[in-house]
Amino acid sequence: MESDSFKLHVDHISLSFGGIRALNDIDFSVRKGEILAVIGPNGAGKTSLINSINGFYTPQQGKIWFEGQDITRTPPYKRAQRGISRTFQNIALYTNMTALDNLMAARHIHMKANMLTGALFWGSARREEIEHRRHVEEIIDFLEMEAIRKTIVGNLSYGLRKRVELGRALALEPTLLLLDEPMAGMNVEEKEDMARFILDIHERKGMTIMLIEHDMGLVMDISNRVVALDFGRKIAEGTPDEIKQNEAVIKAYLGQEA
Amino acid sequence: MSANIRPAGILDTNYAQDIALNRTRTDKLISNGLFALLLLIPLLTTEGPFGLNLIQQSWIGIIIRIAIYVIAVQGLNILVGYTGQISLGHGAFVAVGAYSAAIMARNLGLPFWLIIPLAAIFTGLVGLLFGLPSLRVKGFYLAMATLAAQFIIPWLLRYPLADFTNGSRPLEVPIPTLGPLSFASDAAMYYIIIPLSVFMMLAARNIMRTRVGRAFISVRDNDLAAELLGINVFAYKLQAFFLSAFFAGVAGALIAFETNSLSLDKFTLNLSIEFLAMLVIGGAGFPLGPLFGVAFVNLLTQDIIPARILPAVGPVLPGLLPFIDPVNINAAISPLLFGFILVIFLIASPRGLAYRWEIFKIAWKIRPYSH
Repeated sequence: MESDSFKLHVDHISLSFGGIRALNDIDFSVRKGEILAVIGPNGAGKTSLINSINGFYTPQQGKIWFEGQDITRTPPYKRAQRGISRTFQNIALYTNMTALDNLMAARHIHMKANMLTGALFWGSARREEIEHRRHVEEIIDFLEMEAIRKTIVGNLSYGLRKRVELGRALALEPTLLLLDEPMAGMNVEEKEDMARFILDIHERKGMTIMLIEHDMGLVMDISNRVVALDFGRKIAEGTPDEIKQNEAVIKAYLGQEA
Repeated sequence: MSANIRPAGILDTNYAQDIALNRTRTDKLISNGLFALLLLIPLLTTEGPFGLNLIQQSWIGIIIRIAIYVIAVQGLNILVGYTGQISLGHGAFVAVGAYSAAIMARNLGLPFWLIIPLAAIFTGLVGLLFGLPSLRVKGFYLAMATLAAQFIIPWLLRYPLADFTNGSRPLEVPIPTLGPLSFASDAAMYYIIIPLSVFMMLAARNIMRTRVGRAFISVRDNDLAAELLGINVFAYKLQAFFLSAFFAGVAGALIAFETNSLSLDKFTLNLSIEFLAMLVIGGAGFPLGPLFGVAFVNLLTQDIIPARILPAVGPVLPGLLPFIDPVNINAAISPLLFGFILVIFLIASPRGLAYRWEIFKIAWKIRPYSH
C-alpha cells in the first residue's frame, strides 16, 4: 500500500485527550520533495498532528508511515534519528546555550563522542567537534546568522530565535522537516526572510517540508499542496487554488452564511 | 557567555583555535604557571625540604580538602548545574566511594591507583540505580527520591555491611604505597590529590563542551525539545547520575586515603546539603563554579571565621549575645556567622561567584572601552 513517492503517510489516525477528540480519522500523505501546508482555525488540531508525527503524542487509532515503515510506536528521539526534524510554535530552544551550541547540540545524532572520549577531548572528540562545526557553519552561513553565532539565544530577538530554531532543525540533516508556525508573530520583513529560507531549503536541499501557517497569502504562495483541518477533521486537500475555492474551507474560516 | 567577547586583535583563523581552552600563548602560560605554582606550595612550608616558612603547614590540609571537595561538587554540578536534575544524596555517594575504596584496600589489598577508578565506577553504578526515578519524576519529587540514597546507603553501611565497614566504629584505611614510596604525609598525598583534582576538572570541562555535555544541557534547558530532536533524554539523565556519582566516588576514595580513617558520621545529610550550598555559592552550571564555591566556603569556615573574625569579635560576644552560654559561644557563633554570610551572598550574587568571574573577565577584555 505504501507508494515510493510518499515520504509520510498519515493513515486514519485519531487522537483523544480525555473526552476531547483532537484528531479524528485524519488521512493524508506527504509526497517526496513537496511543501505541504496544513491550515485550519485555532484548535483545529494542527499542532496535535505534528506532535503525533514526531512522536510526542501516540494516536489511539491509525498508523503513521515514514518512508514505507510503520513508526506509530517509535520513540521520538528515534524518529529524529530516522530523519524527522521540527521547529516549535512557541520557540523551544536551549535557552542558555549560544546559537552555535544549539546547532551543535542538534548534530547529536550524527556524532559519536561518549563520556570517555569526550573527557579525553584531545583525540577523536576534538576531530569530531571540528568536522561537525564545519557543517554547522554552513547552516549559519546559509541562514545569515554569523553575527549571532556566539550569542546566548535567550538574549536574541524573537525573529532571530525563530531563525536559530530553523537552523537547529536543519542541523539534524532531516529528510522531512516539520515547521509549526514558522512565521507566527513576525513582521512583514521577517516573514519574507523566513519564506525565502524555506524556499531555499526546499530547492537546494530537496527537503520535504510540512508546515503549519496562518498567513494564507504566504501559504498559497509557497506550498505545493494544502491540507485543511477543522475540529480535528480533514475538511479538504488539494492545490492552493483548489483550497481557495473549497466551500468547506471558506465555511470553516468565515462561518456559515445565515 | 565569555566566549562571545574577545580581546581586540586576537582573531581565530580556524575552528581548532576557536575551540581551544587556551587560545593564546598568554592563556597557556597563565594556566600552566598556576598549575606549577600549586605544585610548589608544599616545598615552601616549614616541613618542606628547604625548611622555608613562606606558607603555613596548615594550608596544605586546607588546599587538599578544597581539591577533594571540588571533585565531589563538580560531580554535583554535572547533575544539578548542567543536567538540571537534583540530588540530595551526594554525600552518601561520597561515602560509597570512600568505603568501597577502604574495603578494596583492606580486604583485597589492591594498589591505590587501581582502587580509585574501581571505586569511582562502583559508585557511579550505585548513582545510576538511584537515578532511575528520574525517568518519572522531576524537581521536588526527584529530590525526595534521591534523599532515599542518603538514608539507605548509610544504613546499609552501618548495619548489614558492618562486617566490612566496622559499623559505627571508625574504619582504618591502609596508607597508599607505590613501589618504595609511601604516601603517609599530607605533603605526599598532595601530589596525588592535586593532579587528580586538576585532571577531573579538565575532564568535566571537556565532557561539557562535547556531545555528551551538550546533550546534558539540552535536557536541562528543554527536555521536550531534546527528546524530539534526537536525544534519548532518559539515557542521558542516567549518564548524568552515573557521572555525578563517579566524581563523588573519586572524591570518596581520596578522602579514604587522605584521612586513613573513616567514620560514617562524616557522610550525613548535612554533607549533601553542604555540597549543594557550595555549588550554589560558586555558581551552578559554570565549569569553575565548584572551585569558587568550595574554596570560598572552606576559606570561610576553616580560616576566615575561626582565625580572623572570631579573635576580633570574641571578647565582646558574651555581652552581645547573653542568651548563649559563654562557654559554647565560639562553637555557636561559627555556624551563625556562616549562615549570615551565605544569605548576604545569595542576595547579592544569586547566580554564584563564577558568574561574577565571567562578568569580570568580559570587563577586563574590553577595557578600557566598555561600549
